[in-house]
Amino acid sequence: MSTDTILSFEEAMEKYDPVLGFEVHVELNTKTKMFSSAPNVFGDEPNTNVNEVDLGLPGVLPVVNKAAVESSIKIGLALNCKIAESCRFARKNYFYPDTPKNFQTSQYDEPIAYDGYLDIELEDGTVFRVEIERAHMEEDAGKLTHMGGAAGRIQGADYSLVDYNRAGVPLVEIVTKPIQGAGSRAPELAKAYVSAIREIVKNLGVSDARMERGNVRCDANVSLRPHGQERFGIRSETKNVNSLRAVEHAVRYEIQRHAAVLDSGQPVIQETRHWHEDTRTTTSGRAKSDADDYRYFPEPDLVPVVASREWVEELRATLPEPPAERRKRLKEAWGYSDLEFRDVVNAGVMDSIEETVAAGASASAARKWWMGEIVGRAKTADVDPAELGVSPQTIVELNGLVEEGKINNKMASQVLDGVLAGEGTPAEIVEKRGLAVVSDDGPLLEAIDAALAAQPDVAEKIRGGKVQAIGAIVGGVMKATRGQADAGRVRELILEKLGVEG
Amino acid sequence: MSELTSNELIRLSAAALAAKLRAGEVTSVEVTQAHLDRIAAVDGQVNAFLHVNAEEALAVAAEVDAIRAAGGAAAEELHELAGVPIAVKDLIVTIGQPTTAGSKILEGWHSPYDATVIKKLRAAKMPILGKTNLDEFAMGSSTEHSAYGPTRNPWDLERIPGGSGGGSAAAVAAFEAPLALGTDTGGSIRQPGAVTGTVGVKPTYGAVSRYGAIAMASSLDQIGPVSRTVLDSALLQEVIGGHDPFDSTSLTDSFDNLVEAARTGNVQGMKIGIIKELHGEGYQAGVENRFNESLELLKEAGAEIVEVSCPNLKYALGAYYLIMPSEVSSNLAKFDGVRFGLRVLPKEGPMTIERVMAATRAAGFGDEVKRRIILGTYALSAGYYDAYYGSAQKVRTLIQRDFDAAFAQADVLISPTAPTTAFKLGEKLDDPLAMYLNDVATIPANMAGIPGLSLPGGLADEDGLPVGIQLLAPAREDARLYRVGAVLEALLEEKWGGPLLAQAPSLVEPVETLVETHGGSK
Repeated sequence: MSTDTILSFEEAMEKYDPVLGFEVHVELNTKTKMFSSAPNVFGDEPNTNVNEVDLGLPGVLPVVNKAAVESSIKIGLALNCKIAESCRFARKNYFYPDTPKNFQTSQYDEPIAYDGYLDIELEDGTVFRVEIERAHMEEDAGKLTHMGGAAGRIQGADYSLVDYNRAGVPLVEIVTKPIQGAGSRAPELAKAYVSAIREIVKNLGVSDARMERGNVRCDANVSLRPHGQERFGIRSETKNVNSLRAVEHAVRYEIQRHAAVLDSGQPVIQETRHWHEDTRTTTSGRAKSDADDYRYFPEPDLVPVVASREWVEELRATLPEPPAERRKRLKEAWGYSDLEFRDVVNAGVMDSIEETVAAGASASAARKWWMGEIVGRAKTADVDPAELGVSPQTIVELNGLVEEGKINNKMASQVLDGVLAGEGTPAEIVEKRGLAVVSDDGPLLEAIDAALAAQPDVAEKIRGGKVQAIGAIVGGVMKATRGQADAGRVRELILEKLGVEG
Repeated sequence: MSELTSNELIRLSAAALAAKLRAGEVTSVEVTQAHLDRIAAVDGQVNAFLHVNAEEALAVAAEVDAIRAAGGAAAEELHELAGVPIAVKDLIVTIGQPTTAGSKILEGWHSPYDATVIKKLRAAKMPILGKTNLDEFAMGSSTEHSAYGPTRNPWDLERIPGGSGGGSAAAVAAFEAPLALGTDTGGSIRQPGAVTGTVGVKPTYGAVSRYGAIAMASSLDQIGPVSRTVLDSALLQEVIGGHDPFDSTSLTDSFDNLVEAARTGNVQGMKIGIIKELHGEGYQAGVENRFNESLELLKEAGAEIVEVSCPNLKYALGAYYLIMPSEVSSNLAKFDGVRFGLRVLPKEGPMTIERVMAATRAAGFGDEVKRRIILGTYALSAGYYDAYYGSAQKVRTLIQRDFDAAFAQADVLISPTAPTTAFKLGEKLDDPLAMYLNDVATIPANMAGIPGLSLPGGLADEDGLPVGIQLLAPAREDARLYRVGAVLEALLEEKWGGPLLAQAPSLVEPVETLVETHGGSK
């Protein structure tokens, strides 16, 4: 799709210094919309969660949702922002059919939260401080679906359908200051930043934070400048990069593309770019110049939002444990080593492990399953582990079957495949696939006798106290039983047979 | 049942009708039918109504009569104005009747929801007679900018009834309704009141919910009462006022002392301030004479007349014509043919959404609306915002300070409502600036958010047409308007030998006769 030439990332880094900036939109999970009493619910029949306010019918007036203001203040506090004592909404005027009033009610020059920062921990433990310019409240637009054209694009479409269910859903837009000094770690930082925002809003309980549903949407700004240059280069803004991996890839791609443009002696065009997950490239969107004139003016239908210091402090007192502190606590509670815990965090399965432990598994079992079985499969499927389709309850059930000795680890892996293939619950799959550990000791003892007979020297070593040699015998038994035996039980029986203490 | 003729019934005030209804001397169906008959008889000439809501109005009237006939607690709990019919400016949305805003772009549109004030009228069980004519989206001072033809002034059918609420004022002046609702952004209740010899009140900004009034300029718009007496306006404002959770700009204060103020009017020892900048040069001689007469009457009644100066009022009209169109340009953006109302497809060329929106707006809006949208779009544009919208907001603050200073010297301020009496239809239609100047005395109250009341001050010597006297009070002090207004009204009635409207032509005679009676018209 893209005809842009790109430089290798390494070469781009040799020549240029990237500067990043992010605008992350967070959809709040309030019961009702930003300015109306219509329900804020995802996935319902189109145009059912709307009332006269959302449709912008003649005569309607907005009323600010107090819960949305509370959520916004919480986000501001979690981002170490100052909270405005009084702030106003403005109207951003533009004609587009996804915006029923033909203006968006949004905060403009008076954001509710400003001047904050967020410390981002990279994979190797390096902490990078990202400065937050502002977090402001606004309303979402409706959703347009273009019909008749290729791939749902507006070009070539015959007509468009509009669903106003999303119109008026409360949003908080979090805007960073220019992020300098990330160097070659810029793509990694990009991913880690968006991940941190997602983690924070989820932790605060103010958003469902599901990127695949658009609860968290990222616009990534990238510009390059030659090493040593103070002045920023011209930026591109890649819109709606809606997964963590995509954020990393998009930033990386834009760095490579900008580098190629600059290398060719051309200026970078200030424009919006569209991210394409299939090709992992961006294409040119709309030229964005300072000539865009939204004719902002203060929203006359709303009075200023006043956040008394008492209210702000009350809300601060309700804030949950920050994610970084939570990580520290979980690491201690689970007894993982530094390396184990970092692997868990980097693999993005900390929440899943917490849920699995909450569902009844031990911390070590939960880690074994997520790190040993799920992460690899997710990587193959190119999705986040939590989105693979294995619930914590499934893991607990599966682990229980192993611990009870009903299946062994090898079988459990097959059961997991069955779960992912939609064959049912673990118990059902064990039943259907006829997977069960041979638990009658009779056939096992025969196999053990045979294995001991086949390797008399090993048997002798074990008798002599070299218990670690037992693996060869266990292996022989497992081979003979085509893996159907419970290795733990086999070991016990061998030791029993040889009269050795395990 | 009633001993009064239909013709006598329609001439009673709302308060008098309410008393007769309560006493069982007349039924609401009789009262409502009498007004519907009057509408049928004269509205062909006046064109005050865009829609007549006979069936529903009579049903509500019958309901009130039934409750009253049954007696008991339900009858006791009936609102004071239950059964008294009312007309509603067609800028206010109503279930069951069309709402056009006087524009082609909303022709045939029915609102699926009621404005808050309509809910309150329904709760009070006041039969709604219909929807009244207005300048398109309330933009104008003559009702000539209605897409559905002009309303005529019942005093002289060749003259304008004022605007934008000419329909509501004319309906009340022509005895087609005892009460009406209007909206006032720069004088749209008070100026029509002045030129039709009726009472009109713009309450304090926020005293009456705007929810369901189609927005013209949000920071200036206010719904208010139109009536023939000061007391009737007080009664109606108490019905429609009060805090509304659906309007963030609505005040939490209760305005429940208005009727009492109107009933116990007294100006003894009050300071009444003449605003130096709002009379004299530019005001018709007959208007000045009636104004001065009112001052004399108030003085005789025990008020102290002082002069105050609001030097920044000379910038009010200019600032108003930046703020109002700016808000208009944004408020009217929603009329695009996508979700409701008129949709016009381009005659040729590609059928894109932008072109459908443009064709709809080009065909659906009249010239005055377009003029203001263009003006406001320009005033808000990058690079011009500070010089225009920003400066105008500063002027607004200065005007508020002027009024603060003036109210430190006087309890109530007074001025003529409009510089002239009703002008002829078409006279100012091609001269927007001349038209805008009609509101020079009413706009300041909207800019400051303070309440204003216009009441009939007599007839001008030179043309025999009504002159309006405007009273202004500090924000939230609406009661003062009624207290002073009731006194002045009584003194003027005494001077003019009864209600001024008794001198208006009857309208039921052939039009030719009317023209002869008022030799000045053609």
